[in-house]
Amino acid sequence: MSILSMQNIEKSFGKHQVLKDISFSVDEGEVVSIIGPSGSGKSTLLRCATFLETIDSGVIAYNDKPVTSMQNGKCVYVKDLNEFRKCFGLVFQNFNLFPHYTVLKNMMDAPVSVLGRDKEEVRAECMELLKKMGLEDRAEFYPCQLSGGQQQRVSIVRALAMKPQILFFDEPTSALDPELTGEVLKVIKELAEENMTMVIVTHEMQFARAVSDRVIFMDGGVIVEQGAPEEVFGNTENERTKQFLANYNR
Amino acid sequence: MALSTMVLKMLEGFEGTCAIFFLTLLFSLPLGLLVALLRRSKLVIISSITKFCISVLRGTPLMLQLIAVAYGPYYLFGVSISRNKLIPVVIAFAINYAAYFAEIYRSGIDSMPIGQYEAAEVLGYSKAQTFMKIILPQVVRRILPSMTNEIVTLVKDTSLAFTISYVEMFTIGKQIANSQTSFMPFVVAGVFYYVFNAVVAFVMGKVEKKMDYYDI
Repeated sequence: MSILSMQNIEKSFGKHQVLKDISFSVDEGEVVSIIGPSGSGKSTLLRCATFLETIDSGVIAYNDKPVTSMQNGKCVYVKDLNEFRKCFGLVFQNFNLFPHYTVLKNMMDAPVSVLGRDKEEVRAECMELLKKMGLEDRAEFYPCQLSGGQQQRVSIVRALAMKPQILFFDEPTSALDPELTGEVLKVIKELAEENMTMVIVTHEMQFARAVSDRVIFMDGGVIVEQGAPEEVFGNTENERTKQFLANYNR
Repeated sequence: MALSTMVLKMLEGFEGTCAIFFLTLLFSLPLGLLVALLRRSKLVIISSITKFCISVLRGTPLMLQLIAVAYGPYYLFGVSISRNKLIPVVIAFAINYAAYFAEIYRSGIDSMPIGQYEAAEVLGYSKAQTFMKIILPQVVRRILPSMTNEIVTLVKDTSLAFTISYVEMFTIGKQIANSQTSFMPFVVAGVFYYVFNAVVAFVMGKVEKKMDYYDI
């Protein structure tokens, strides 16, 4: 069963069409990387999947339950999007932690005040997650007291604290220097080993190759090619993919 | 008149000054937030009307607004002027200061990065939760210096209440100055306002420091 399915997605900003008839789905336990040049629509695709942008047409579904439907040629969203927001978590490029909350409060607040869960139970779970990340001694720190890599790891555990079925990453290491990139990628790799379902928009080609079950190459608002990492990175037939990857291997 | 008598007499008026100051803050701080939200409304009609009201309140003298609130009802509708002058004073001050505070709130709200809203949205926070828990606490931190500025001005503006003969410190000071033909009461008033504002600045400085536990 696919957790996320996006069919015939179209999205324009003004006259500029960013997504052109995109269709793809993600199965349980699958790790999908989306690569491609800047402006190819990768981030927009993630933002549409997480309802931060509304699509112009197409159908988004989580666990085969449709979020959107086409009525008289118009794309209509269901009323209660929060039901679906529970399915996913999103890790932003620039973390977007809440600066006035401690690490622990950043993680605990949404499960407690959005899901209405028991505070002590959530606290125990969050401490467990922090321990796993080796961040338990940072629980009472504020985001500004952490390094970029630590902040991004906190934003990953903040998303995990909501127990999502699928986790989206929007260029999770693009705001980090190379030394800090490693610690974040390691966490994502560990999640992959635990069979967490993930969609990762990234420019880290080596990483995408190592961690993904499937790689999607996007350019100009369309999916140019998709397949197992060995196919896409190893011996692609596609000229555009070849050209793009050649620039990375230089 | 001995200086001590003068100071004691003016202290009696200080109660009136404090009443204007605290009541104005009490009403204008929440009212300003409401006005800021109306000003940011997506409905053009609401935001334009609010914008116009703010421009009138900022573009005309507070003294004029004070007179309008105090005597307007009598001239327009024949309503008898209330004996309690504190009511029109606080109404005029609260409305005027709400307009200024609204613009300060707005600048603070507009300065919040969109990422904070997006993170809250993805985590499932409602619009009200996002505003009260995530946005407003950070906005307050950001606008404190401008707020201090405005509150310091309010301390001095309380002296305008003398125009509708509400008894506060400056009113009494003026009366003494006239009857004694002395400049001294104005000096005393100046010292009063200065000390009051020194306390305000001290308190606001403490508040700023208290909220300084994180970087923006």
